[in-house]
Amino acid sequence: MLYFSVPLGKLVRRVTRLRGGGSAFPGLVVEKIDPGFMQRTLSTLPLGVAVVSGTNGKTTTTKMVVELLESQGLKVFTNRTGSNFTRGVAAALLGDVDWRGRLNADIAVLELDEAHAVHFVNRVPPRYSLLLNVLRDQLDRFGEIDKTAQLLQHIAAKTTGTVVLNREDPRVARIAETLNGPEVRYFGLHDSLLTTFPNDDDLRAGPGSPVPDLPPKPHADVVLRRVGADDADFEYDGATVTTGMKLRGVYNIFNAAAALVLARCVAGNGTTGTDHGGLLKALSEVAPAFGRGESLVVDGKPLDLVLVKNPSGFRLGLKSFPAGGYATMIAINDNYADGRDMSWLWDVEFDSLRDGGVDQVSGSRAYDMALRLQYDEVAVGSVNPEIVPALAAFIEGATDKPKRIFCTYTAMLAIRRELSKITTVEVVS
Amino acid sequence: MTPLSQDEASSAGSQETGSKGTIRVLQLYPRDMNIYGDWGNVLVLQQRIRWHGYTPEILEYNVGDPFPEDVDIIVGGGGQDSGQLVIQDDLLSRESALKELADDGTPMLLICGLYQLFGRFFKTRTGAVIPGIGVLDVETHGTDERLIGNVTVSSPEFGDILGYENHSGQTRLGPGVRPLGTTAKGTGNNSSDGQEGARYRNIVASYLHGSLLPKNPAIADFLIRTAAERKYGSFTPGAPDDGYAELAREHAARRPR
Ligand SMILES: [Zn+2]
Repeated sequence: MLYFSVPLGKLVRRVTRLRGGGSAFPGLVVEKIDPGFMQRTLSTLPLGVAVVSGTNGKTTTTKMVVELLESQGLKVFTNRTGSNFTRGVAAALLGDVDWRGRLNADIAVLELDEAHAVHFVNRVPPRYSLLLNVLRDQLDRFGEIDKTAQLLQHIAAKTTGTVVLNREDPRVARIAETLNGPEVRYFGLHDSLLTTFPNDDDLRAGPGSPVPDLPPKPHADVVLRRVGADDADFEYDGATVTTGMKLRGVYNIFNAAAALVLARCVAGNGTTGTDHGGLLKALSEVAPAFGRGESLVVDGKPLDLVLVKNPSGFRLGLKSFPAGGYATMIAINDNYADGRDMSWLWDVEFDSLRDGGVDQVSGSRAYDMALRLQYDEVAVGSVNPEIVPALAAFIEGATDKPKRIFCTYTAMLAIRRELSKITTVEVVS
Repeated sequence: MTPLSQDEASSAGSQETGSKGTIRVLQLYPRDMNIYGDWGNVLVLQQRIRWHGYTPEILEYNVGDPFPEDVDIIVGGGGQDSGQLVIQDDLLSRESALKELADDGTPMLLICGLYQLFGRFFKTRTGAVIPGIGVLDVETHGTDERLIGNVTVSSPEFGDILGYENHSGQTRLGPGVRPLGTTAKGTGNNSSDGQEGARYRNIVASYLHGSLLPKNPAIADFLIRTAAERKYGSFTPGAPDDGYAELAREHAARRPR
């Protein structure tokens, strides 16, 4: 059947491109004149739709799943997150369908923001879902983490095939009890790594609180066993495999275990069977998604940007990137995209920075951050809420050292913009 | 979260030529009612007690624990609905002990969730009534509206109080308490009367997170001073460096709602 909306939408897309307009506008047009477009197009995919959701690490995990599936010879449609999810997907679909509305792909892998999850899965029930974690984040927008857990539960309930859950996050693992349709699979951590990943329940209890007895854990398809400087061990199919990793940060590498479970499910359901060597090779080559922690070079020395947006992310960042030998800067903004409430800084311990101190503190909430460091007895070099001069002083003051900047989202954008003037920074799309 | 250990805490006290005394801070239900940065309030008390020359001791009370004796300051935090359900029965079983401590003048800081549960009741949107322990003459009604954003409160006792609110319960004060202050920016207790928080005896109750105490050292010092005076008859302050706190206050006050 021919739908008039597709050629029209593609035309609008072309015109808005020429005028340099926003990418979602054509999606809006096609949504208005043909509300079934997205649902219809996605339903033609032979392997269906896989969604990735959770508080932390969606973007990088989605990227991993896409690259792992591509290593299996699959054609994958994926989305970049935008302000309006459905509209953004519709706009991206318009770019990828032919003039008759057919999408040349085997599967769609979509990053699903909690805010858009319910609306989307009600319209397009996914065949696969991968649910990463429920952490304190964006409380401004969603009010409470239990609500986030409910949203993930709703995604799982709408999933028709396989739900992949984080065995180590109690709020996510608990979702399994509520399901009776889909198959459930888990990714997990080896016991020796559990303390590296405090969840938000651990963080509430103070010192010496007894750990409640936990029921035995379900089997996990893939278990992260060890994280090295540039490699990692995963356990699956009864064996331990070691693979090189370009990704940094233990939480990214834990999410690699998640991506492996999902990719193995999808590939196992395909026609050709799983190419295990290909999966591992692809995993070793995945680079971080933009803005999720990356390494640049300034004056011949590495400069790491570490995105921090919630207490668990900040704690994991501090743990994953030890301070020794590095000059450190922290930039905290409180714009809407960063989270407006500064309470979260008080749930992060900064004692790992005590030895070397923090050279520069910046961002609109620089003094909140400096005050936080004072209470953890971490020395602060200087404080300047203005990011541009603070960054310049930071780089000038430590030319001989590798550098690390922990920053919130909008602070990271500002720092990248500034750094692109002095070094090569990947273009933001 | 691990605070500085008891060892570090007591050695810091004894390094000085004799601590002025011990101040015991009890954190209520940290396991179930401690999100939104409530730990920050305890950490600030711990450090400022030390900076004033006393020795802090941080205790915890969780559901089912024996209630510790000789407590000098009590801190209770926010929580989600699920946390409130977990602690509800246990809190009611401690009603008379907590009332006695409050009426006796024990300094307490109650934020958000425990502010509500120290009141007479919390009535949910669906009409269910969750009884509180009635230490504070306040009542709270659940609403569909979530009050979120930066807040500035003018208080006759503490000057400007800066923080961040995030709640959908709306609280009304009875004649047995007075407000902590009036809101200059933000909403506070409810969306109609422009009041924020409650004061009763030596209790400071508030909706403000941020955390509250780091940027409002006057409130932290009120709790510490009161505890020291009750226990030792007098309080001789130290000289904490509040330079960053001052600047953090100035910048926070300029941020949009
Ligand atoms: Zn609250």
